[in-house]
Amino acid sequence: MPSHMGKIVLGRRSLENSHELDTYLNSGGYEGLRKALSMNPEDVVAQVIESNILGRGGAGFEAGRKWSMLKKATRRYLVINGDESEPATFKDHFLIENDPNQLVEGTIIAAYAIGASRAFIFLRGEFALGLERVQEAINSAYKIGALGRNIFGSTFSLDVVLHPGAGAYICGEETALLESLEGKRGFPRIKPPYFPAVIGLYGEPTIVNNVETVSNLPWIVTNGGGAFRALGEGRSTGTRIFALSGQVKNPGLYELEMVKTTFRDLIFSEELGGGLRDGRTLKAVIPGGVSAPWIAPEQIDLALGQDEVAKAGSMLGSGSIIVMDDSTCMVRAAWRISRFFMRESCGQCTPCREGSSWIEKVMARIEAGAGREEDLDLLMDLCDNIVPGVSWPPAQTTICVLGPSIPSSVAVGIRMFRDEFLTHIKEGGCPFD
Amino acid sequence: MGRFKQQILTEALEIVKLYPEAKSATIPLCHLAQSVDGYLTKDAIDHIAELTGTTPAEVYGTASFYDMIQLHPVGRYVIGVCTNIACMLQGGYELLEEAEGTFGAAVGETSPDGLFTVEEVECLATCDRAPCLHVNYRYFGPLNAEGVAKLKEDLIGGQLESKVPVHGVLSRVKRQTPELIPMDEVDNLRASEDASKAERTSAQGGSNA
Ligand SMILES: Cc1cc2nc3c(=O)[nH]c(=O)nc-3n(C[C@H](O)[C@H](O)[C@H](O)COP(=O)(O)O)c2cc1C
Ligand code: SF4
Ligand code: FES
Repeated sequence: MPSHMGKIVLGRRSLENSHELDTYLNSGGYEGLRKALSMNPEDVVAQVIESNILGRGGAGFEAGRKWSMLKKATRRYLVINGDESEPATFKDHFLIENDPNQLVEGTIIAAYAIGASRAFIFLRGEFALGLERVQEAINSAYKIGALGRNIFGSTFSLDVVLHPGAGAYICGEETALLESLEGKRGFPRIKPPYFPAVIGLYGEPTIVNNVETVSNLPWIVTNGGGAFRALGEGRSTGTRIFALSGQVKNPGLYELEMVKTTFRDLIFSEELGGGLRDGRTLKAVIPGGVSAPWIAPEQIDLALGQDEVAKAGSMLGSGSIIVMDDSTCMVRAAWRISRFFMRESCGQCTPCREGSSWIEKVMARIEAGAGREEDLDLLMDLCDNIVPGVSWPPAQTTICVLGPSIPSSVAVGIRMFRDEFLTHIKEGGCPFD
Repeated sequence: MGRFKQQILTEALEIVKLYPEAKSATIPLCHLAQSVDGYLTKDAIDHIAELTGTTPAEVYGTASFYDMIQLHPVGRYVIGVCTNIACMLQGGYELLEEAEGTFGAAVGETSPDGLFTVEEVECLATCDRAPCLHVNYRYFGPLNAEGVAKLKEDLIGGQLESKVPVHGVLSRVKRQTPELIPMDEVDNLRASEDASKAERTSAQGGSNA
């Protein structure tokens, strides 16, 4: 195992029945919470600030700084975002099913640190096994005194409630998630207020954190924020789970020290991705979710770090990495991504609702061989209508950032693979069919 | 059925109690209704409105937004084939076609025997097992043509009964915990914790956030 392979959140991966309480307790489970309860809440916050852990849900906001922004109020909530629906992102799903006790412990630690009145774990409805595993973990936590009144004999009391979603990508956006949790349609809220930390669930200050973010907390509290910060580089501290998928020999999850590994290592090294299949060559990589601009084969020596990828004009986002080899039709890839946005737009904003369906229509006709040369300009024009100047990072023209995410794959696809688009149009069909 | 009966009604009332505002129970109650009927009936909508102190229009408005809430009867097994990018790269559309043929239903339709409904779905967060699909939200992958045929055989033959319950049953693990701490009791606890924190920080010259 290379030295940069981390063992924090995926530390129990090799254990049998890693989801069971006994396994958890025998491998350091609930030590973090016990330690946290022996500290003052503000000192737990200080450790998390010291760790500098960046949120793992996609936006990469410092967790400690977010907690410090929580508006003063007697009633405040903690909501864990387990909606994970970003295409090719599958890390939270694994943590939820295979280490649910770690998730619950992390949730209790966060709730203690911010003094949450109640914590909700929102899981994507499709995670049926996950819902069972997390409910088991919650039930066990009450049984061993880690939840309920006077947790582990302390003065701290807390309830955690598991809440199932019902299938809508947009509910991953934190304000849509809160609407959904309030029993409404998953419509993102108009900003400002920019942060649920000011006005959140039921109008009260609320911290929303991702599953992977809080799953790191037991380790951070046990080992100290400094130990976490000692890993990684610059602003990207600790380890992070990278979800590798697509046309690579070993798709899967890899927990790596931040910044110490490059895209090339992850994709090609024997212990990690294992390279491409049967003599294929690399065509493009999509980092950080389907909103992220693609990375060309010449760019893969880039380090897996938040700022490093941002500087290269893309984003690390949710930590997913999709590999596409030379057997892939880039028009089809970009079309499928546009179709995803069309299906998942909540419909509140015109540029997003109309733009996504127009782009999908034009992309579909190019892929089907019915495109015209002017379609490329038309596509860029449609992109420009959603994001003026088709800039990156995109300008914000809509209620949430789903809308401004639509243009990037289409615009980058045309920029990188213009000839392939033109071949579809000239030959009246897909050359890969 | 329609309205919740005895045991299910007890469960429904327990669910409502988990939230400071009853309306939050809307989606969990829709899932509960689906676990009985496989879809959300008109009567269930009315009953959920009563239980959450809302109107049937509000319940319908919420329910109709979400892909997992079925407003019409579906098969005993809902098969959702992922065709999103990671699955597409590994043959997701070929798998969808295979599933339509094997289960005897086009996308959005139910097989004549009422057993299978086939859907095309977005990423299931199971991309390392691409191409994959779910049966009543239990995941299978990577799958090829033989895999799909075997899956159908096992579903019909009952070999998968413990892994795949009938449509609508999401979680078979119930919440087994003491009654929740009343919110006003929690408010008092937090108020006194905040007061002692304020004392600590002022003792330290207020430097600690
Ligand atoms: C369209 C959209 C979808 C999102 N989906 C998710 C998601 O599935 N899971 C998640 O944790 N965050 C998601 N986010 C980010 C959340 O809004 C939020 O930033 C995050 O949950 C905060 O947690 P963190 O600070 O721990 O990362 C999404 C954001 C947008 C705009
Ligand atoms: S940008 Fe799109 S998804 Fe976001 S609120 Fe507007 S319409 Fe809904
Ligand atoms: S793309 Fe199919 S499961 Fe993620």
